[in-house]
Amino acid sequence: MERTSSLRRLLAEASPFRSGDALAGVAAASDEDRVLAQMELADTPLKRFLNECVIPYEEDEISRLIVDSHDFAAFGPISSFTVGEFRDWLLTDAAGPETLAALAPGITPEMAAAVSKLMRVQDLILAASKCRVVTVFRNTIGLPGRFSTRLQPNHPADDPAGILASTIDGLFYGAGDAVIGINPATDSPENCFRILNLLDSLISRYAIPTQSCVLTHVTNTMELIRHGAPVDLCFQSIAGTEKANASFGINLALLEEAREATLSLKRGTVGDNVMYFETGQGSALSANAHHDVDQQTLECRSYAVARRFAPLLVNTVVGFIGPEYLYNGKQIIRAGLEDHFCGKLLGLPMGVDICYTNHAEADQDDMDMLLTLLGAAGCNFIMGIPGADDIMLHYQSTSFHDAAYLRKLLGLLPAPEFEAWLEKMRIHDARGALLSPGDGVQALEMAICGQ
Amino acid sequence: MRAVKPTAEDPWKALRLHTQARIALGRCGVSLPVAAWLEFRLAHARARDAVLTGFDKEFVRGELEKQGLDVLTLKSAALDREEFLARPDKGRRLSGASAAALREYADSGEKTGADVCLVISNGLSARAIHDNAPPFAAALTPRLAAAGLSLAPVVVVDNGRVAVADEITHMVRARLSVILIGERPGLSSPDSMGVYMTFEPKPGCTDETRNCISNVRPGGLGIAESVRKLCYLVQHAFSLGYSGIRLKDDMPAAWLPPGQPFDSHKTIE
Repeated sequence: MERTSSLRRLLAEASPFRSGDALAGVAAASDEDRVLAQMELADTPLKRFLNECVIPYEEDEISRLIVDSHDFAAFGPISSFTVGEFRDWLLTDAAGPETLAALAPGITPEMAAAVSKLMRVQDLILAASKCRVVTVFRNTIGLPGRFSTRLQPNHPADDPAGILASTIDGLFYGAGDAVIGINPATDSPENCFRILNLLDSLISRYAIPTQSCVLTHVTNTMELIRHGAPVDLCFQSIAGTEKANASFGINLALLEEAREATLSLKRGTVGDNVMYFETGQGSALSANAHHDVDQQTLECRSYAVARRFAPLLVNTVVGFIGPEYLYNGKQIIRAGLEDHFCGKLLGLPMGVDICYTNHAEADQDDMDMLLTLLGAAGCNFIMGIPGADDIMLHYQSTSFHDAAYLRKLLGLLPAPEFEAWLEKMRIHDARGALLSPGDGVQALEMAICGQ
Repeated sequence: MRAVKPTAEDPWKALRLHTQARIALGRCGVSLPVAAWLEFRLAHARARDAVLTGFDKEFVRGELEKQGLDVLTLKSAALDREEFLARPDKGRRLSGASAAALREYADSGEKTGADVCLVISNGLSARAIHDNAPPFAAALTPRLAAAGLSLAPVVVVDNGRVAVADEITHMVRARLSVILIGERPGLSSPDSMGVYMTFEPKPGCTDETRNCISNVRPGGLGIAESVRKLCYLVQHAFSLGYSGIRLKDDMPAAWLPPGQPFDSHKTIE
């Protein structure tokens, strides 16, 4: 390995092996080359990252965002480190929650990606567990000892009764404090408006301290806002290059416009983090917009986009994109922990859609491992889907039972406002444990079915 | 000590009437009872098997020919199922031999320059196409004809991805592509078909230029409704001169597509 490697190439060759980098033709040629690249990366000064973009500044608005928004003062405490020293320091007690929070604006996505490539699974967990990112809308997400879920009651025909049935199921398992979020089967504004009304009436009628979201394109959401729809959160899938975002039909200016439109509704009661972003390794390559950068570095660059807009939730959908990017359970598990750690290090409220598709070499055992590791790492939220089976998007994620398992195992509680509501509804007891079904069920069920 | 039943039912089982989602599974502690767990495993095993099921192109060709359609069968550049799964780039383009055959066909000048090119590929679920593509084509093609739109020969492609339709449509010089493709099999939906429409596609098109209708299957979006939606999108793509994110699917609930009322398409000949 020559010392003259570009940062782009060095990061790609130092990346732990995954199928997407092989597909892109950027992976190291052998395991030995990979470790040699990691050694070279470990000796690389962090300052080099301030002078060398992986995608040229002139060509890409995400590169410009990263460079122009870098906080050099915040970077001060680590400015003399190499990437390897940064990794070692992150594992010491000197790197505590307050220090890391203050450091976040001084860390670029490429620095986060680089250091993660030198970390093993336990490092990714330990360092992430020290990062606290708290966000607010109608409740408070990400506090220590708390663990939230997005209730995802998708239905293949967007049938209101079907959506409500899954929502009720989730609420009775204590799910839904991150958001009740629906991926619509059809994107028509008429249909999205109908679903938003449905969720809004449920949330207001039962005074549930949570927020709703219909996961449609930002331009649709803006149109819905113009027509008076009850939009709590504005959703968008984002990626780490300007070209990939263009393939999603978005750019930074459009996201800013969407955020302002959503903020104008002032629907948050505790705070105003109104954006919900989804990301996932491989999205840039799938749009042929990867500029020969490895997929994990590109994933971190999408966090620069997210960070600009102070989101309530950032969700890396880790195994959704398929085996051509993350081939099996081993690759999915590592990617989920990398994304969670890097996002948290950059100051983002990270959640993970712990998932796989039926054409990947993975199963529930792999998901249980990632779920448990993310619980230990302090992940802000995961998905809650009836029986882990999304009957609209055709993939397996985590179930209401999975979230209840993790809360029980690690003694984690929902967002405090939501916790109080669960207790009032006799779904949880005073210590946050799931009560046996029945006590609070009939009232809510009857009322909702009567709608 | 007397044995106590370890599982508790969820008392909202009646809500299962409203959805095929796995709701009201009950619990042992807070965990999933064994029967529900094994049902999940069985469904996953079936879905895994579905991903690997072979594509019966001859069956699909036969069904389409019965409808009086001209059919070409081609292959993507993916050599086999394993390569198809690991290398989506190969599924997005035709094999050398298939590209040559199609070019030869296009150069003959016959049936090129049509308005619409219909492409059909197994994608990630052959079963989705075996079950849904022939009736979808039967409902769609008379409506395209009624709208005054001409149709290129239907192209059936082995192991294709969505973008393979761009190359095909471009080569036969048609103005708009529609591809019917097997979606990722879900646990309760190994038979779900996706429909993607692209106006004036060419190799290198990305997703923002397409409109998508997903979950076409019995129990999801039915054939009649999905054809109605597609006709709406096709008509607007031709009148606006583009497809994709700028073409909003704002079809009014009562919009009727051109041609015969639904349920009568079987009698159209």
